[in-house]
Amino acid sequence: MLSTPEEKNKQPLLNQRRRMLLTIVIALLFLLSVVLGGLFLDEGRIATNLNERNVPPSFDHLFGTDWLGRDMFTRTIMGLSLSIGVGLLGATGSALIALVLGMTAASMGRVADRVISWIIDLFLSVPHLVTLILIAFTLGGGFKGIVIGLMLTHWPSLARVVRAEVLQVRSAEYVQMSKQMGKPRWWIALHHILPHISPQILIGFMLLFPHVILHEAAVTFLGLGLSPHEPAIGIILSESMKYLSSGMWWLAFFPGLCLLIVVRTFDQIGEYLRTLIDPTRAHE
Amino acid sequence: MQLEARDIGFRYGNGAWLFRGVNLTVKPGEIVGIVGPSGQGKTTFARILAGFEEPIEGTVTLDGFSVQNKGYYPVQLVFQHPEKAINPRWKMHKSLHEGWKPDQALLDTFGIEREWLTRWPGELSGGELQRFCVLRALGPETRFLIADEMTTMLDAITQAQIWHAVLEISRKRNMGIVVISHEAKLIERLCDRVIELV
Repeated sequence: MLSTPEEKNKQPLLNQRRRMLLTIVIALLFLLSVVLGGLFLDEGRIATNLNERNVPPSFDHLFGTDWLGRDMFTRTIMGLSLSIGVGLLGATGSALIALVLGMTAASMGRVADRVISWIIDLFLSVPHLVTLILIAFTLGGGFKGIVIGLMLTHWPSLARVVRAEVLQVRSAEYVQMSKQMGKPRWWIALHHILPHISPQILIGFMLLFPHVILHEAAVTFLGLGLSPHEPAIGIILSESMKYLSSGMWWLAFFPGLCLLIVVRTFDQIGEYLRTLIDPTRAHE
Repeated sequence: MQLEARDIGFRYGNGAWLFRGVNLTVKPGEIVGIVGPSGQGKTTFARILAGFEEPIEGTVTLDGFSVQNKGYYPVQLVFQHPEKAINPRWKMHKSLHEGWKPDQALLDTFGIEREWLTRWPGELSGGELQRFCVLRALGPETRFLIADEMTTMLDAITQAQIWHAVLEISRKRNMGIVVISHEAKLIERLCDRVIELV
């Protein structure tokens, strides 16, 4: 059946711009609640309170309480703020490493390019999680170990993108022209090349961030990341596994859901940004 | 200062020789034309003269010395496609002032309007952009200008305007020009002598 013109012209309720706005609002709400929560939430609420053990979700305890009577909502918020902090550090470090290595590979001659491309391939050939566990374990685990591990494992794909972009812009006529006008290398890198790759870096960072959070939670869940007395999401999830079979679903459900929403919204923002900024995908 | 290319040969990779044994001498203030069919390496030769490419054989010298590759290169090239020779992320004034700062009188001779300086390259036409490219290459240290199909894509009036301005500067500064073009009329009109690249 042929569709009528009206059906063809029908706009979806939420176009891309509106969807992106909505996602950003959700992400901001999460960030705000996590930051404010980290500042204002009462430490007393996660103290052991044996009178209120294993309470299902209610208005008093939004996410219920655990087997020690600790308020799960407070623990979740604190866990998220820790996770987001770790994610921010890890993603920033990774993006910086990618930027430096990508630019070095593309502009420091053939030997540097070979070596760095080889390292990128090496890191990409092993799953992130395995290298991450290895590095975190070698550094003795804990906050420092996991952050350094995250920084050292998430850069290769972004570094490859940066390298390709720099190679492309370096052969542009206006960059060669600049060289013939006697501009020094660092000047060209700063004024011609960096502005060209900054959108790629921004998008790469936005896409790395949820990835890093998820891996942090995974490693912590496996017991190789943050130490057990810190209320990280991974710790909460791995502890609640023991109690799931006794019907205490809220222990894992709400923290898991929050983690999922945070990761998903930031991933979506990264994707939208890519569609909007990346000229080769602008038609989508 | 004299620009001299001796026994230049070039090929890409291990391909066939594009040209070999090409000689060219340009004296200060002299205007030399280079003609030849498409694909004969005119643009490549221009790039070699301007130091963008190292010749496989032969040497390019200025007054008998090979040019060091640091600082302002005294041989400047104007490309065929202005939209590729200007950074699309820069406002026009930044592109124009990359090498030197031309004064208002020069801007007027090239017909560059003041308000164009604050625009993005995408907001100007090809002919308008090419005026910027030509003026940018005409810094005070430029001894030779290589014009590779510099005005091919422009209308006749703009062509005349740009060439008048360039010739005036060439006369004033005793600057040599190498003109590469398919337009026999233009070459005939401008050049003191013509070299054929075959």
